Amino acid sequence: MKTPDDVLREAQELRWQLPQNLHDRITESIYGEAARIAGRSITRSGGSRRLAWQQKLDRLLTNPWTAFPIMVGVLGAILWVTIVGANLPSALLSSLLVDQGRAVLSGWLVAAGAPEWLRGLLADGMYLATAWVISVMLPPMMIFFPCFTLLEDFGFLPRVAFNLDRIFQKVGAHGKQALTMAMGLGCNAAGVVATRIIDSPRERIIAILTNNFSLCNGRWPTQILMASVFIGTLAPKGWGGLIAALSVLVVALLGFGLAMLTSWMLARTVLRGEATTFSLELPPYRPPNFWKTLYTSLIDRTLIVLWRAVVFALPAGAAIWLCARIPVGGQSLAAWFIHATDPFAWSMGLTGVILLAYIVAIPANEIVVPTILMLTVLVTGASGGHGAGVMFESDNESVRAILAAGGWTTLTAVCLMLFSLCHNPCSTTLYTIYRETRSVKWTVVSALLPLAVGFALCAAVAAVWRCVG
Amino acid sequence: MNPSELHDPGAGCAVCPSRFSQLRKLGLRVEASDHVIALAGNPNTGKTTVFNALTGLRMHTGNWPGKTISRAEGGFSYQGKRYKMVDLPGTYSLLSASPDEEVARTFLLFGQPDVTVIVADSTCMDRNLNLILQVLQITRRAVLCLNLMDEAKAHGIAIDVRNLARDLGVPVVPCAARSGEGIPELIREIATMADRTDSPAPRRLPLEVPGLGLALDRVEAGLHEVFPHLPQPRWVALRLLEGDREIMDAVLSGDIGALAETHGAYPNHGKES
Repeated sequence: MKTPDDVLREAQELRWQLPQNLHDRITESIYGEAARIAGRSITRSGGSRRLAWQQKLDRLLTNPWTAFPIMVGVLGAILWVTIVGANLPSALLSSLLVDQGRAVLSGWLVAAGAPEWLRGLLADGMYLATAWVISVMLPPMMIFFPCFTLLEDFGFLPRVAFNLDRIFQKVGAHGKQALTMAMGLGCNAAGVVATRIIDSPRERIIAILTNNFSLCNGRWPTQILMASVFIGTLAPKGWGGLIAALSVLVVALLGFGLAMLTSWMLARTVLRGEATTFSLELPPYRPPNFWKTLYTSLIDRTLIVLWRAVVFALPAGAAIWLCARIPVGGQSLAAWFIHATDPFAWSMGLTGVILLAYIVAIPANEIVVPTILMLTVLVTGASGGHGAGVMFESDNESVRAILAAGGWTTLTAVCLMLFSLCHNPCSTTLYTIYRETRSVKWTVVSALLPLAVGFALCAAVAAVWRCVG
Repeated sequence: MNPSELHDPGAGCAVCPSRFSQLRKLGLRVEASDHVIALAGNPNTGKTTVFNALTGLRMHTGNWPGKTISRAEGGFSYQGKRYKMVDLPGTYSLLSASPDEEVARTFLLFGQPDVTVIVADSTCMDRNLNLILQVLQITRRAVLCLNLMDEAKAHGIAIDVRNLARDLGVPVVPCAARSGEGIPELIREIATMADRTDSPAPRRLPLEVPGLGLALDRVEAGLHEVFPHLPQPRWVALRLLEGDREIMDAVLSGDIGALAETHGAYPNHGKES
């Protein structure tokens, strides 16, 4: 009876009797046969007009001098359209859901004879967090996702990867990391799974560890809101949207820069090795199927992401409310944490409220801004100039008013934007990283690495800002 | 040669409603199926679009190679039979493997699908034919779907479908899956192929390497002795002779036998080839 060992040994021995270039000869004979068959059945009649048009476009999109401005310009344009377009529906939704909806719900609860704590828990905790998540997230997502999907269908992404390949190669990473980072712009968990297209384990780990520097859909709304509320308002009238879009663009590009920097550091230290070469097909441009894309990106992407946010917002809302209401030695639980971490947070230009919000939001980044708003109102008593009690109007003006009452400055907003770019991935992404790498070590590194970068970056910016300002 | 292999669906059938109406898209309900159909092909040839057209599902599609990274399953029923579709990540060849390509390669080799639908991009057939030939080396229960025919036409590319079908020895169906053109014919060919009781021999490439045939015979015989139920022993033998690390490890640890069992768990089918 033979064993697997015997079979391998026999194969090994037989290999010596075969030509050395066996692999090449087999490949050759397959290619030869393919060419023969193609020659017999396929005819081409001259160059078509469409091909010429595509070649012209490709020349523009793959020439480094024109490609980079176009790529950055396209991303900037999408952001601008998102920011300007989301303004009005955001205000409408928040007045509908946050103000009127909460009032109606409170009214019902009073009529039903609910005790005060239950009214607070349901209306001020769970309902409010959910309503805020929807009004903050839904409008920008409804614009951003379809735009991105249309570009994907058109064939833009492989060109981006093609252009960035040289940079990736220089830092010692895989060119296909550009594609996984682009997927990360939607969701980092999806981006991490997408790294399966990278066949070198070393380069795959680099791609996984740095994917978090791609802003995901849970963080775009944070960026967009902070930029519109604090940075757009610094600009002269009429320029607010453009300036806000530019500042988000800068953060997104900074994320790319940080991904390159950390990739480079990893490739020089713990993940040393040669960059492998690969071939990337540039697919033909295909006109996107506009309505179908719109439908699928709205139903499959926007609603699923929104649903996930709502599922996490409901318990988080309850938790926040309880944290802010349960007294421990004269102060609420939340107040203890916030006061204890305030000095540390101050050194990074942040506040204790923001740090607590990030801990609450580990399951889902989407709820950071709503959590910050609720904590600010519940704990510090700030209410945007509407007197005592919980009073919300979350269009941009009143968001600004609430946060300003919580002691916020432009520096706080800038540091929050930076910290939102660089902090630990959400729990879903962390779990995905563990599943893909099967390594506790790399999962821990993937959580701590961006966090360390975030702390350092925010502290540096805060220090410089305070010295200069 | 079997006459159905020469079948060339005429353009007149392209929008024949009576054919289409017999199709029921089952989406994710695929528990009990009569046949298992795999979708394979080069990256970015529109496999997922074909998959969506057949099953009524809405898996994400994107115009870049590498969009599908794990296998997706769905189903449809046609003329009273239930078919389970398996959408595989695109792969350039069965000889190499990144983790996503590995999924495709393992399923095609050891999953023993009843029919393998090879989806090809009509605009660059010369490149696609390399994989088509490799797949045909391990099975002839295949249907070639020439996708993106509309684009090929726009680029001035003409394909002699009948000639190609004769050369390859499998049915060839021109399609434009995005608009649904050619899908009814594709379904009919899949059904015909799945119902065939004869088992056509895999297409053998003329591998003009001295001594290779004999060496393959010997390793194949050895493999057969150790893993009597291993599908595609000849292909595994070839990989061993080429020194494919992954396959060597799988043989050494006995995993290759396990692969064949977990992926080939369709008791009624497949074993005869």
